Amino acid sequence: MGKKLATQSTSQSRSKSKSKSKSGSSGLPLSKQELTKIHDLMVKSRALEERMIKIYKVGEAYFWIGGPGEEAFGVPLGMLANKGQGFDHDWLHLHYRCSPTLIAMGMDFLTPIRLIMNKATDKCTGGRNFSNHYSFPEWNVAPVTSPIGVQYSIGIGTAWAQKRRKAKGITIITGGDAGSAEGDFASGLIWASRKGSELPMLITVQNNKWGISTHYDEQHGEAHVSDRGIPFKMRTAVINGNDPIESYIRLGEEMAYIRKTGKPVVLEASVSRLFGHSSADGVNRRDELDCLEEFEKLLLKKDVLTEKKIKQIKDDYDKEAQNAQIKARAELSPEASTIWDHFYVNSESGDWRDF
Amino acid sequence: MANMAQSIRMALHYGEKHLDVKDVFGQDVGAPMGGVFTATQGLETSWNTPLDERGIVGTAMGIAMTGDICVAEIQFCDYIFNTIDLLKIAGNTNWVTNGNVSLPLVLMTPVGAGIRGSVYHSHSFDAIASRLPGWKVVMPSNPLDAYGLMLSAIKDPNPVMFLKPKALMRVRGEELIPGEPANEKELKAMIDQPVGGSAGWKAKWPNLEEHLVEIGKGKITRQGSAATVVTYGRHVLMCNQVADDLKKEKGIELEVIDLRSIYPYDWELIKTSIKKTGRVIFVNEDTEVTNFAEHLSYRVTQELFYELMARPKVLAGKNLPGIGLHANLEEASVPQVPEIKEEVISLLQEIP
Repeated sequence: MGKKLATQSTSQSRSKSKSKSKSGSSGLPLSKQELTKIHDLMVKSRALEERMIKIYKVGEAYFWIGGPGEEAFGVPLGMLANKGQGFDHDWLHLHYRCSPTLIAMGMDFLTPIRLIMNKATDKCTGGRNFSNHYSFPEWNVAPVTSPIGVQYSIGIGTAWAQKRRKAKGITIITGGDAGSAEGDFASGLIWASRKGSELPMLITVQNNKWGISTHYDEQHGEAHVSDRGIPFKMRTAVINGNDPIESYIRLGEEMAYIRKTGKPVVLEASVSRLFGHSSADGVNRRDELDCLEEFEKLLLKKDVLTEKKIKQIKDDYDKEAQNAQIKARAELSPEASTIWDHFYVNSESGDWRDF
Repeated sequence: MANMAQSIRMALHYGEKHLDVKDVFGQDVGAPMGGVFTATQGLETSWNTPLDERGIVGTAMGIAMTGDICVAEIQFCDYIFNTIDLLKIAGNTNWVTNGNVSLPLVLMTPVGAGIRGSVYHSHSFDAIASRLPGWKVVMPSNPLDAYGLMLSAIKDPNPVMFLKPKALMRVRGEELIPGEPANEKELKAMIDQPVGGSAGWKAKWPNLEEHLVEIGKGKITRQGSAATVVTYGRHVLMCNQVADDLKKEKGIELEVIDLRSIYPYDWELIKTSIKKTGRVIFVNEDTEVTNFAEHLSYRVTQELFYELMARPKVLAGKNLPGIGLHANLEEASVPQVPEIKEEVISLLQEIP
């Protein structure tokens, strides 16, 4: 399945790639260690998403939404993020296809599986929200929301606080092409680019060409969403988000630019949407380019990995994901009495009956 | 005595000096204007934003996420409506993240009619604000309470909406803010930006002290036993006047409660008063259908039904699409002193 990856280097950027990455013995512009790490994390993320889809399909979750097909972009992003808590680490405002990024940052399987299964042990939401709606304050990962595009407005605030402190961290925002129609996307561009008050923001758009069932061509007149940064004199880039090598190199370059200059970048990455929008439209495999399959073909061709090794990696992660499901299945569901928990901070009641 | 704009300004100054407020921002909030009601003049941390309400609310949420404290402003609540989903998110963030992420921010916005503000400078927001769970919502009726509520809002770890009754921004109080010079002219010379611009001007702040008004606590502004009048914002002044008039004219003593906090609200104060009077009227100027007072009135019927001597009343703004500019139109749209008085008398005359 899957259309051919046209090329391993389809970058059409207004910011010229200046990559000097070392070419490994494979002849590819990354070392074998980097390539195998990226591959490992992509497989891991895919195994997680496929497990979560199974969990939904067997009726152990009410809803699935996630990011299979975005691994080639999301994994490099997570690898390159300066992970941690506080101003000197990056802030991440992610959308609901962000599992690859968080897997690359070190998220285990149990956390997202508890989330999709609405367990009391779900540390992100306490059983309150959909899959892929994470929050990790210990990594500066802002809560993922269902309203589309709001992260482009909220991210302004973390970037402002970082800039005010001259902190090392930058603000990274991800979102979809359809969500860029929301006013918040324009807010992000306007506030990030004010003369003399530019913000250290990596504003990204993962263009999968769809907003649920509505195609890109029905929603957009612009050739590239990232072109909207041009009138704001922002550095822009369009990358092939189905190519993990290009994503890793280009994201690294753009993030280095932001860290050095404190100025924003709008980066658009073309990606696939392998299982549709969510479980709402069937969660069946679509005929789109599979970035993982293509990457594996390349790694086999270049003798970076063997088929046996790839199978072993997949089997190991499938087993790990299955074990996480088995463990989560045995855990308790949230008690009805918890609905009032965390209405206000510090256990202050927000129930008017208590006033 | 300070007016409310000056008291908010002093509270924000106290906040940036002593409570670690890092940013005060909104449209025209920074120099040279210092706010359309001058409530942010002379501050060190104030700055101007693009004319973008969603950006303002989103930025406040992002700043709060980092743990920094900020006070943001929507210039008039009439322009807050395009931020409703962000306000929903701000309210639910602590809850939906199971307590992982709190948003300690203050959002202030002028509300209500009374300044001939026409259709888009006269809206109220208290009813809608009361339907944003996770927020605390306060509205002062005098400068000292404005100061105390603002400091409490800044200290609160939750998002707090600070509704400023715009018709009271130039109204002076009856009590000094701790540290405020007693002489109005002296205060003006110290903290009012000279007319003509801010260039080279710096405020000389008085040595202000902390004064907190606990969020969730109301205040009795007139004591009495004939009937309870529950209100907030600028209608506290009108209801006080009605109470004073009726006392003088008929010897009737009303109990007026300034709720000060819309959510959480001071039910104990309301309940205790109604148990004493047996009669209650709720007065505010937001539109009357699904008005916040309807919730309070409902609660009265559920919990105090057999202690009532009359049906609870709600007197609110007419359910109109807007407030017309002409005085005749504005005054017919939101409760005025004669109408409040008439309704109170009707409440007093009801025979159980």
